Amino acid sequence: MSRYEARIDVAHLPGVLDPQGATVERALPALGYHNVSDVSIAKTIRLVVDAASADAARAQVDEMCRRLLANPVIERYEISLEELSPT
Amino acid sequence: MSARVGIVLFPGTNCELDVEWAVEQLGGETTMLWHGDATIRGVDAVVVPGGFAHGDYLRTGAIARFSPVMDAVTEFARAGGPVVGICNGFQVLTEAGLLPGALQKNVGLSFLCETVELRVETSASVLTALATAGEILRIPINHFEGNYVCDEATLRVLRERDRIVLRYVHNPNGSLDDIAGIANEAGNVVGLMPHPERASDTLLGSADGIVLLRSLLAAAETTRGRAELSA
Repeated sequence: MSRYEARIDVAHLPGVLDPQGATVERALPALGYHNVSDVSIAKTIRLVVDAASADAARAQVDEMCRRLLANPVIERYEISLEELSPT
Repeated sequence: MSARVGIVLFPGTNCELDVEWAVEQLGGETTMLWHGDATIRGVDAVVVPGGFAHGDYLRTGAIARFSPVMDAVTEFARAGGPVVGICNGFQVLTEAGLLPGALQKNVGLSFLCETVELRVETSASVLTALATAGEILRIPINHFEGNYVCDEATLRVLRERDRIVLRYVHNPNGSLDDIAGIANEAGNVVGLMPHPERASDTLLGSADGIVLLRSLLAAAETTRGRAELSA
């Protein structure tokens, strides 16, 4: 059994309007930043999972994303996994 | 005995008493359904009311749909029982897969609390059976995440199968195709962002929600006595 830390970035699917990103994008020019575009706001979920292998950990995290952590109707997600060294 | 409407209570639900009051004014009976109980206690219709179920953590409705009561609600809905989700309840029903699409933050990021005009698009649903297509209703909205989205294929099906139940006359939140409420294929499950229970007496500024609640009660009457649903 190994211990893995997963970082999951949950963002809007391309083409789905991101009202928060759009509002921030409109606010930045007010501060003088006129060269900014493509603002999108995502959320990050971190968790630690004990699993037999990195593949097993990733498969489980992927399943959790599909079932709860992301809504596939409007969101996409990316998982990065790192094995934690035993203490 | 009159039709009995079950009202689902999650931690964070806050519109249950308004729904109870409105339903009882119209002669219906009500039963509160606790989210942790895996039963809907033989009611004839279910309302998932508004609020902030489970604090809206992660996404609106995302945690609520795993509540034990939702399995019973889903089974009831699949058997044809009338189920209506109002506001946060609509969000719960989409997360639970009882209705397609999702609701996300309003365009402009404003929390909206105002009375809006809605156009009844079809009477082929448990919530609009007594209304007339084309009728305009004045009913309050009260939400931050009422901006309906779905993919193109889903939208096409919703349009072709007459499943867009209510549309905003003046779109307040960026909702796709001005959608304020939709139904499932059979018309027995309806989700809507506006609050008909808050337009149930002229003292509240509008009584236009009554026709919707009466439709639900009529559907509940039909449910009563259907043994397969009251198990």
